[in-house]
Amino acid sequence: MIPEFGNFAIILALGLSLMLSVVPMLGAARRQLQWMQTARTLTTGVFVFMLAAFIALAWSFLQDDFSVAYIARNSNTALPTYYKLAAVWGAHEGSLLLWVLILSLWGFAVSVFSKDLPIDMVSRVLSVMGMVEVGFIGFLLFTSNPFERSLLNIPTEGADLNPLLQDFGLTVHPPFLYMGYVGFSVAFAFAIAALLSGRLDAAWSRWSRPWTNAAWSFLTIGIALGSWWAYYELGWGGWWFWDPVENVSFMPWLVGTALIHSLAVTEKRGVFKSWTVLLAIGAFSLSLLGAFIVRSGVITSVHAFAVDPERGLVLLCLLLLIIGGSLLLYALRAPVVAGNSVYGEQSRELYLLLNNIILVVSMAMILLGTLYPLIHEAIYGEANKVSVGPPYFNTLFVPLMGGMSFLLGIAVFTRWKRTPVNHLISSLRPLLLLSIVLGLALPLILQAEFKISVVVALALALWITATLLMDIRNKVRNKASFMNGLLSLGRAYWGMQLAHFGLAVIICGICLTSQYSVEDDVRMQPGDEHEIEEYVFKFEGVREIVGPNYDAQAATITVTKSGEPYLTLQPEKRRYRARGDVQTEADIDVGLFRDLFTALGDPRGDDAWVVRIHVKPFVFWIWLGAFFMATGGVLAILDKRYRRERIRKNSRLDNSSVVSNTIAINEAGNVSTKSFDSNETRGLVEERV
Amino acid sequence: MNSSHRGLLFIPAGFFLLMLLLLGKALFWNQREIPSALLNRPLPEFSKPTLDNPNQTITAAGLRGDILIMNVWATWCPPCHAEHPHLVRISENEPDLVFVGVNYKDDAEAAGEFINTRGNPFAYILTDVDGKLGIELGVRGAPETFVVDREGFIRFKYEGAIDENVWQEKFVPVISQLN
Repeated sequence: MIPEFGNFAIILALGLSLMLSVVPMLGAARRQLQWMQTARTLTTGVFVFMLAAFIALAWSFLQDDFSVAYIARNSNTALPTYYKLAAVWGAHEGSLLLWVLILSLWGFAVSVFSKDLPIDMVSRVLSVMGMVEVGFIGFLLFTSNPFERSLLNIPTEGADLNPLLQDFGLTVHPPFLYMGYVGFSVAFAFAIAALLSGRLDAAWSRWSRPWTNAAWSFLTIGIALGSWWAYYELGWGGWWFWDPVENVSFMPWLVGTALIHSLAVTEKRGVFKSWTVLLAIGAFSLSLLGAFIVRSGVITSVHAFAVDPERGLVLLCLLLLIIGGSLLLYALRAPVVAGNSVYGEQSRELYLLLNNIILVVSMAMILLGTLYPLIHEAIYGEANKVSVGPPYFNTLFVPLMGGMSFLLGIAVFTRWKRTPVNHLISSLRPLLLLSIVLGLALPLILQAEFKISVVVALALALWITATLLMDIRNKVRNKASFMNGLLSLGRAYWGMQLAHFGLAVIICGICLTSQYSVEDDVRMQPGDEHEIEEYVFKFEGVREIVGPNYDAQAATITVTKSGEPYLTLQPEKRRYRARGDVQTEADIDVGLFRDLFTALGDPRGDDAWVVRIHVKPFVFWIWLGAFFMATGGVLAILDKRYRRERIRKNSRLDNSSVVSNTIAINEAGNVSTKSFDSNETRGLVEERV
Repeated sequence: MNSSHRGLLFIPAGFFLLMLLLLGKALFWNQREIPSALLNRPLPEFSKPTLDNPNQTITAAGLRGDILIMNVWATWCPPCHAEHPHLVRISENEPDLVFVGVNYKDDAEAAGEFINTRGNPFAYILTDVDGKLGIELGVRGAPETFVVDREGFIRFKYEGAIDENVWQEKFVPVISQLN
């Protein structure tokens, strides 16, 4: 019965989302308050029923209900309980259910946290999300139903979850990734609602910002988790492969990053409106494109779900309706008249525009590289195929990011509208020199091999760090005390600085690990030793162990560091009993400055094994930097101004318009906002300017 | 002035439609089987050095007479790493077939290291540094595996990593027909 309840819940959610996509939208057009007021209730309803469906599937997994075809394919009685839950999203149907659940969760979150928004705006936003929900709930129900039963021949045992997915990193990777992908639907819905109502104002961009930050932070963590998983689970020590599916998760991230910056300009200065709307549509569209590429199998990839052209065709139609429709709306309704504010050559607007251009060009080159095999085939015929490998992506992406990192350092220093050039040069020149000198000196101090790419990367990372520290110093300088100054800076400011610092950390991690890693695959017999730098790895032999649903061969490798006993690593090679799949479990000693990576290869006779021993300096910094970035995004959401806005509206502070007028005049007269000392006024300044 | 600006706003929609057409077309290419253009055609002529001895070259004509399993692989390709141990085992069980590796757009040193430490399932490994052979074979990505009959005609192609199941389901029926 439980699966039927789940199925019924999806049908109810589809009905409610159909109403949600029509009634509040019509209400907003006809100014019918009662129709508009249904938006929140319907949104909640869709979420509740999707949650019910999800729980029903999870419950059926726990009950080992193999009459449900999806469960029979992806679970097994011997599967540990934790992985039975994770198996809910282990393949196409269940992961689509999670996708839709998360979509309805974001809708629900908007309905809860939008109490201060005008009701017509709320109805349009939720209604647009309802339209997306209709499409995907329909897709779930009619082409990919996870509750489909095979009652005639109920298997007594399931086929088990793909062993690659039986891992903590991968169980949490999809939920985070989907929270990110689908989270961009909120910024998308705000943009569509603004286009429909013709009100592309500061309020629209202010409301979009925290939602975009939230989705972006989730996506950052999701991508980082995927990369971390690849690093330790796939067993060959790599962390990014420019695989098509990695690329499709990275493209919305790049556009989302551009969107965060562009929204800042649109909110503060009222320019780039059309561009910002396009980015908001683009970020979500690329997420949908990613869903299509992964689930239709048009591009061969390690991540691909089961291939089904019919499903692909339905998804393609959904893409046409959602993306095509919104781009058409954009072409017809986006404002063509530029905002009336002007900005000079050395303004923050200009640098953020450059940042946007670089990010979007990077996205475009990744998109081209990912689709190029298809383009080539379409032009030259099916017999004429090419493939695009990492060299293409690295050659283009690395210099683009280098350029962006350099500009970032300058951008932090610029002011809105115009920055005196002399001031820029005089304050930045010493920092630039310092970064280059330190970049040159560090490899020498650390006695590492001299490589020009390392010097450039280190100099860029130091440049970002130095400029952000200098900026903090400048901001704090005029305050009564140092601590006082630090505390007076808003959370959004700290969020920005932390995210930028995260970029510097990632640059260090990527560059140092790709230049200085030692990666040895060695044939070892028990007693053999292998030396890398100050570490000696001794292969003690392999023993058999029995896991809950697998048998494994586990190697024991004792490591000594500079002659002292250091630790023991136990990489495994597992054979999962249900499917007979073999899976490598690397054992890694994670450190802040280097990882010791060991994985067990194949047996070579005479008790000899191929053992993979890598020493990877600074690899941890890649994920540490991503964590800083995501935390920066979260900090920005927690900024006081979003809450103060609410408090102020609730208390109906009547003089707020007077205050903001004064500030507008001051701003036009180039009076620094520093002249407003009280914190309360500063908050208002930030909101209004 | 304004109307020409308005026209620019249609560019994203235009790009999107083009992409959609491409994806729609790609959807109906049958991914995992050989494109009809190459099926039952002779192996393209080539002359390639081998990985272990750059002075030794192998030609398409020189390989004729045996049933060939041509596997396109590279060290930069993640599924090839996963496929490799399966390929080693399969080649051990199939002594009558000649396994030929095509090391595709790869670094020779890394490829040699890979084979030395992980086992060599191949009778010959051709190096295709510039990817020309791959293009002539219509390689879409790595790994890909071709079945070539004794007369040098391509009879089957599989895209993606092979394991024992794929081998039994997809390759064994094709090969038993060729015998």
